[in-house]
Amino acid sequence: MLSRTADHLYWMARYTERAENTVRMLDVSYRMSLLPRNNGSHDDGWGAILAISELTEAFARTGRPLTPRDVIEFVVLDRNNLSSVWNCLRAARENAHAVRGTLTAEMWETTNATWLEIRDMTPEKLQATDLGEFFEWVKFRSHLLRGVTFGTMLHDDAFQFVRLGTFLERADNTARLLDVKYHSLLPQNESPTSTTDYYQWGALLRSVSAFETYRHVYRDVITPYKVAELLILNDAMPRSLHSCVDAVNDILGQIANLHSAEAARQAGELHATLHYGRMDDIFDTGLHPWLERFLERINRLGDRIGDNFLVPVAA
Amino acid sequence: MTADSKMTAAKPYDEMHAPDGSVRPHYLAYADWLADTPRERIERKRSEADVAFHRVGITFNVYGAEGGKERLIPFDLLPRIIPGDEWTALEAGLRQRVKALNAFLADIYHGQEILRAGRLPADQVLNNAQFRPEMKGVEVPGGLYAMIAGIDLVRAAGADGKGEYYVLEDNLRVPSGVSYLLENRKMMMRLFPDLFSRYNVQPVEHYPDLLLETLRAVAPAGVLDPTAVVLTPGAFNSAYFEHSFLAQQMGVELVEGQDLFVKDDTVYMRTTQGPRRVDVIYRRLDDDFLDPEVFRPDSMLGVPGLMSAYRAGRVTLANAVGTGVADDKSIYPYVPEMVRFYLGEEPILNNVPTYMLREPDDLAYTLAHLPELVVKEVHGAGGYGMLVGPAATRAEIEDFRLRILAAPEKYIAQPTLSLSTCPTFVDAGIAPRHIDLRPFVLSGGKEIRMVPGGLTRVAMKEGSLVVNSSQGGGTKDTWVVN
Repeated sequence: MLSRTADHLYWMARYTERAENTVRMLDVSYRMSLLPRNNGSHDDGWGAILAISELTEAFARTGRPLTPRDVIEFVVLDRNNLSSVWNCLRAARENAHAVRGTLTAEMWETTNATWLEIRDMTPEKLQATDLGEFFEWVKFRSHLLRGVTFGTMLHDDAFQFVRLGTFLERADNTARLLDVKYHSLLPQNESPTSTTDYYQWGALLRSVSAFETYRHVYRDVITPYKVAELLILNDAMPRSLHSCVDAVNDILGQIANLHSAEAARQAGELHATLHYGRMDDIFDTGLHPWLERFLERINRLGDRIGDNFLVPVAA
Repeated sequence: MTADSKMTAAKPYDEMHAPDGSVRPHYLAYADWLADTPRERIERKRSEADVAFHRVGITFNVYGAEGGKERLIPFDLLPRIIPGDEWTALEAGLRQRVKALNAFLADIYHGQEILRAGRLPADQVLNNAQFRPEMKGVEVPGGLYAMIAGIDLVRAAGADGKGEYYVLEDNLRVPSGVSYLLENRKMMMRLFPDLFSRYNVQPVEHYPDLLLETLRAVAPAGVLDPTAVVLTPGAFNSAYFEHSFLAQQMGVELVEGQDLFVKDDTVYMRTTQGPRRVDVIYRRLDDDFLDPEVFRPDSMLGVPGLMSAYRAGRVTLANAVGTGVADDKSIYPYVPEMVRFYLGEEPILNNVPTYMLREPDDLAYTLAHLPELVVKEVHGAGGYGMLVGPAATRAEIEDFRLRILAAPEKYIAQPTLSLSTCPTFVDAGIAPRHIDLRPFVLSGGKEIRMVPGGLTRVAMKEGSLVVNSSQGGGTKDTWVVN
């Protein structure tokens, strides 16, 4: 397939996944802010959201106060914030538009309809909407696109590039979420094996649809140690780093070309780290440095994939 | 040339109703259906169609509109119906005309017999901006230049009240609109399946198959299993939907210039598995933008080296480079002469009488009759830069007069044809609106083929004669019925 086509498919999937993960985070913070336990320091969760997406500075430049409403508007709708949900869904649709002939009719119509619906959204309209419902809507549009992709698209290379975008983006997003949340939730000097705020950790799990999964896997109280283990090492948990890297590794095996040996090697190495890694070693390294290193490696792999498959290189 | 006064008859020919108000035979079953069908149902179907077209994104980009906005082309639910025998006659005429046009192109890029025979003024051809000296002596597969032609037909009321078809113009560069033809049919069948049980409507859905066969038939000699692609200027082009649609329907790659490169006079596309050879390019890009090394050096849309590979016969371009000289409005008046010269036949299809303003007599006549005439720029297209005398204000006419006087050779004039009308759903109910017809004629291999009918365009504004989508025109499904 055309390299440019692969590039558009890959980015269509990445932007859709990013939009989904962004509202997952917002949804959790929003629900938390509705809980009665707030002791006046409710900016914590919202500041963390900006930190996860590396938007702290960009937000500060807008001069807005750090209120839930301002953060939500900035992260969801701000036209100048290139990572806003609005911009992600626009970019997803533009990428789809550029290769609409490669998509099935259902895929194109899903992406296009999502964009047409959010296109005219304004802060006023958002305020008038039930936020929880809106977040659900974004999530379900993403689910829907993934579903029609899986159910209608020929499972060929084009399909693999869509999946590649999804899993790379998800690995990145889950790692960021865990990194920021973990440190904002775990008080200094507290052991990761002790039980802490049930609601806060429960919320983190819910943001990756893993609350019930946690119960099912551990049949135990929620501890930060096990939350990290579930989201990093559990290969059956669809949003964990291990499961995303499994998928990336597998896809790279299927789309291999004459130049892609290095990408395959990097993915294999990353896969081995997760497949044979142990939680204790990760905590010995320090979770934060370990996740930082992971993000670095996944991004380097993304660049390498871009060079090997997506950027047109003359023969 | 003298004006044919019959053609300016006041009352236009109506496709559905005879002058006495009775319904023409081929519309009787439709009229029955319409009488039986509650207006609310049709209204509901109309909004259903709007929603579906929007969701599917069957849009076109309007040049000059804010941010290249995507807009829907209005789709009218009342079909244009053509009786089968009428179409058979048209089809023969279209075959003949396209055959002659291709013969003309082969001739002027080789022996130029027609010029030497003095049947057409040589300077009209050789000094035409659309004549490409780069094509002289270049052999193209099958001797074919315009593999895909869109011939615009209109129908005017003859003296005897019978409708007479005329060719308004030939589109031999990158004619567009066939995707609407196909989508309109799909939409009609989805909205009104019951209607199709009342009529034996000839199918059109196989057009992409015919197109693919045509493209493969003109592959460079010796290529056994040719790879064809569609070359688009990109997602912001007004016809991008169509480019993407045709590539998908044919199952070939939709490429942009940046996806192709030329090495050793061979064209390759860049794929995730490395370079892959391309044999036939259905290009939806004007000549000027094809190759920055030969044509416009600032073109970011083309492929450097493409012309060299093309001239070496290593790749086929459809349509060929340089076809514009045959559909130029200054050459149009000579097409009937081409039919006689190359085929030894009398033209089946009529040409509209045309005044060439480069001729002093024609200029004088035109300037004296501007309020009655349609004046067109020789190189204009898409309904831009034309004057429709009867619909223009005095100021517009005077303004146009100055433009003509400044450069008469840039213009032609024709009597204002009273284009036929077809009943159309409008805000106030059903009212007649002017229409034209663009059949798409495919030449490749031995045969010249087309799907029955074509794209019917309709001027949605009352009294308007301009059907171009860029000027607010809409479309109708077109039925050839047995």
